[in-house]
Formats: sequence, structure tokens, C-alpha cells
Amino acid sequence: MLSKKQARAFFLGGTLVTFLIFIGLTVFSLSKEVDQTNHGNITAEVVRGKEIWESNNCMGCHTILGEGAYYAPELTKVVDRLNQKYDGNGEQVIKSILMSQGPWQPNGRKMVAYGMTEQEASDVVAFFKWIGEIDLNGFGEVVGVDRKISPLAKEKINN
Amino acid sequence: MKYKSQKVAYWFFALSMLLLVLQITYGFIMGFARIGFDNLHDFIPFNTARAVHTNLLVVWLLSGFMGAAYYIIPEEAQKELVSVKLAYVQLISLAIVGVIAVVGYHFNYWEGRKFLEIPRPLDYLVVVNVLLFLGLILTTLFTSKRKTTTALVLSMGLLFAALLYLPGMLPFDSQVTDSFFRWWVVHLWVEGVWELIMGGILSFLLIKLTGVDREVIEKWLYVIVGLTFLSGVLGTGHHYYYIGVNKIWLVVGGIFSALEPLAFLAMALFAVNMYRKGEKKHPNKLALYWTLGSAIVSFVGAGLLGFAHTLPQTNLYTHGTLVTAMHGHLAFWGAYAMIVLAIISYSLPNMTGRKLYESASGRAAFWLSNIGMIGMTVAFGVAGVAQVYLERKFGMEFMAVQKEISIHFVVLILCATMFTTGIVLYIIDFYKHGKPTDEALELNN
Repeated sequence: MLSKKQARAFFLGGTLVTFLIFIGLTVFSLSKEVDQTNHGNITAEVVRGKEIWESNNCMGCHTILGEGAYYAPELTKVVDRLNQKYDGNGEQVIKSILMSQGPWQPNGRKMVAYGMTEQEASDVVAFFKWIGEIDLNGFGEVVGVDRKISPLAKEKINN
Repeated sequence: MKYKSQKVAYWFFALSMLLLVLQITYGFIMGFARIGFDNLHDFIPFNTARAVHTNLLVVWLLSGFMGAAYYIIPEEAQKELVSVKLAYVQLISLAIVGVIAVVGYHFNYWEGRKFLEIPRPLDYLVVVNVLLFLGLILTTLFTSKRKTTTALVLSMGLLFAALLYLPGMLPFDSQVTDSFFRWWVVHLWVEGVWELIMGGILSFLLIKLTGVDREVIEKWLYVIVGLTFLSGVLGTGHHYYYIGVNKIWLVVGGIFSALEPLAFLAMALFAVNMYRKGEKKHPNKLALYWTLGSAIVSFVGAGLLGFAHTLPQTNLYTHGTLVTAMHGHLAFWGAYAMIVLAIISYSLPNMTGRKLYESASGRAAFWLSNIGMIGMTVAFGVAGVAQVYLERKFGMEFMAVQKEISIHFVVLILCATMFTTGIVLYIIDFYKHGKPTDEALELNN
């Protein structure tokens, strides 16, 4: 039968081993050789866009990379999606929402009116474009323009 | 109550109750916003309500854990707390930091990182506060000759929780790296070191309530926290599947996340078995309800419902949907909220000398809050699964889907009302106990 001493050894040993593996995997997955975040493409604009994203707690309503509050749309592929919807004018649409002085309320759900400057709005768009280029192991396709269903099937559903 | 200084725990628990009420209030604001009644938008937009709701959860649970430590450590170490005055200073400073943070969220003063919204200057105050708390607890424990496993596991959990707050304060230019290390805090807290705290409190309660030999209980405590770390540390990988890091996490996270329910299952079996083995029938039935309830509900909420969406194949579609909210609500409730309510139910009669061990309102509080929370979980689950199919599989637009599923939020609000009724009854019982008194010391001895 297991003794208390053995139980303690299991706890301490198991914790140490798994934590060391965890650190090793962290170092590996953040190393340049396997980087899939296009880290090299992070510009000053992207960094400013991220700061604006955080200082306004956009994640408190939206999700990005699948993380957030599920109250407003996922924004990982927002530029592509709105480009498709508005004939290539996605960036302009995003900017006008961010610069709007009145609350944007699609389908009645209100967004805070941030009244950003042109520069600020451009920075946020740059941030979205950088996010949109990350290799997300397949998640980008799930939330992107080409969802997992063919246009033909969509027609059938609509009918 | 065996030591006068244990009374300080009462005020931490009282702060917890106050913050819990506020947390629920902001939950209702979000629930109503989801069905179209967002009349408070100009003052409390959704992102404010959300930040307040989740941060108050963290703070009231931490306040509950701290109260639990102030109650348990003197009793386990068999000596008074080293400084009661400093414990009150710590309580007041915790409350002040919490109030500044919550008020700040209403004026766009935050960091905007999920669960870690507290702005940087306040982060430093949190660190000072927690260092003071740890100083008091660890000095009390290590100046005593008696260092029990229960006290060591609890203190270890609290110490690691403090250390793991630090990676969340590192600045990063990349959203991916930022998110990566944010999970070091959030995941390794809730699926790692907080479980040490939960295990320590659970062990203390089982020793007191069942009368089973301490050596037996503490041996299994080691096994359970061992299983927790064995699965939970590498289980962090389930947050890394789709945020822009290497595919290796799909394998590692998938395997170890699948093992995570085992730790919770072990905890549930452990609690139930110790109860069955126990010959001592402690009269505090309500504390027993909450203790066993916590072990069982955490298995369902954190273990089973977590596993329901941590396989990479499933998570590809559920990631970033209301399915996460389903799991989150029952997991936090079972594992952490209920264990805090359990230690409060156990310690309150001891600190105040009023032995309100059994009451119809106390039982109603337990059942109404639990059934209400299960109802809320089901409502989130149905909404989440519908969202996955409509939005992710059929490609419908986000807001079109939200309209389709809004009816489930009506159900959510109804169940939340039942849950709140239970919590109100619990708080009335809390109030009925009156304030802690030194006379309770004599009554017990």
C-alpha cells in the first residue's frame, strides 16, 4: 500500500518533471526556427494598434485569436471578411467604425463610440492585418472568409 | 475557534460576500445586454461589466482563500498569527486596490487583457499586498514546531499563486507571446496552484468534519495534488492550439488535458470516501454539504465539461465561443466558490459562537444556488453549441447567430435568478451569525 512518503515523492517528482518539460516546450515553441507568428512583420504601427486594442479593452466584447468575451464578432480575419463583404473596402469600413462619434450598433447591439483619429484607426487596422497573417493551425480557416461550408451548400440552406 | 487571531478571517469572508453580490449584479447587466436591454450602455458598456464581473470573481475568491488561510494556519500551526494588526492592514489595502480597480474600469482605466485587466500601477500594489499576506502566513507557519501537510500544501499553493502573477506583468509587442504568458497566470492558477489551495482547504475540512485519521487524508492529498500538476501543467497546452504557436501543443495539450478530469475525479472520490469512512458525525451539516458538493461539482464542471472541449478536434470549432463560458461558470463555482462557501460555513459558527449548523434556509441556499448554476451552465451550453454549428459550421454571420440564440439568455437570466436567491439566503445566514467574539474561544475549549 502506498505510504505518505511515496505519495509526497510522487507529488514533488511529478511536478518537477512536468514543469521542466513545460519550460522546454515553451523555449522550443517561441524559438525563431519554428516561429509562425510572422514576428518579423511587427511594425511600430502594429505595436501602437495593440496598445490601443488593450487600452480600450476591446477583448471585453470581441474575441481575437479566439480569446475574449463572445459578445461581439471574432476579429482575427476581420479585414479579409469585410473586404469580401464590402467589395474590397474592408479597411475603410473598420476605420469609419473606429472613428465614429456615435455608437455603431449593428443589429441593435451597441459598440462604444471611440471617436479615434485617422492615425489611431490606421494603427488598429495594421494590428488586425498582422493578426490575420498568423498561422493558426487551421483556426484561421474556421473564422475566416472561406468557412467550412461550400457556397452551394449555403444556397441550399437559404432555400 | 482555538486562537483569537483566527477571527480576522471573518472580515475577509465578509469582504468576499460583498464582492460576490457585486459580481452577480454585473453578471445580470451582461445577461440583460445579451437579450437587448443594454440601457446602461452609456455608463456601463459590456466590456466594463465583463471586466468587473471576472475581476470581482478573482478578488472575492482570493479574499476567501486568504480568510481560509488566516483561519486554518493558526489552528494547524497551533499558535497565534504573528500579527493581527498587519492582517487588518492587508485586508483594508486589498479592499482599496479592488475598489480603485473596479471604479477605474468605468473610466477606461485598465490593461484590456482578459482576466488581468488591472492596470500596471495597481499590479505593483497587488504584489505588495500579497507579499504582506504571505509574510504573515509563512512566518506563523515556520516559527511553529508543527508543520502539517495540510498547512504546507495550502501555503505552497498561495506562494506559487503569488509567483505566477509575475509573468502576467511582462510587456510584449506580439499578441501571441502576450497571450502565451497570460495563460501562465490564468491557467496555471486555476488548473494548477489554486487546486493546491482547494486541496489544502478540503483536507482541513475533511479532517474536522469526518474524523478520519489525518495521516490517511494527507496521504491522499499528496496523490491528488500530484495528479493535478502532472496533468495540469502540460494541460496548459490546450490554450496554445490556435493562438499562433507550434503544432506540438496540439499533441501535448490534447493528451494532458484528457488526463485533467482524473485529478478532479480523484478529488471527488477522495472526499466521498473519507465521508463514508468517517465515524465522527460533526453536527455542522451545512459545511459538509458544501465540502462534498465542491468536490463533486468541480469534477463535473472543471473535469468533465473541460474535457468536453479540450480535444484539439473539438476545440478547433468551440474555441472562442460560448462553450467556454459554459465550462467556466460551473468550474469556478464547483472548484473555488463552493470550497470558499464551505470553509465559511464551517468556521463561522466557531468564530461567532452561534451554532447555526442546520437550517431550512441554509439547505435552500445550497440547493437553489447549485440548481440555478447548473441551469445557467446548460443555457450557456445550448447557446454555445448552437453558435458553433450556425457560425462556425454553416458560416452564418456573428450577429445573425446571436439573434438566434438570444432566447437561451432568457433561460440563463431565469436560472441566474434562482442562483441569486440561494446566494442571498446564504448571506442572510452569514449575517445572522453575528460578529466574531473572544467568547467563542471559551465555548469551544
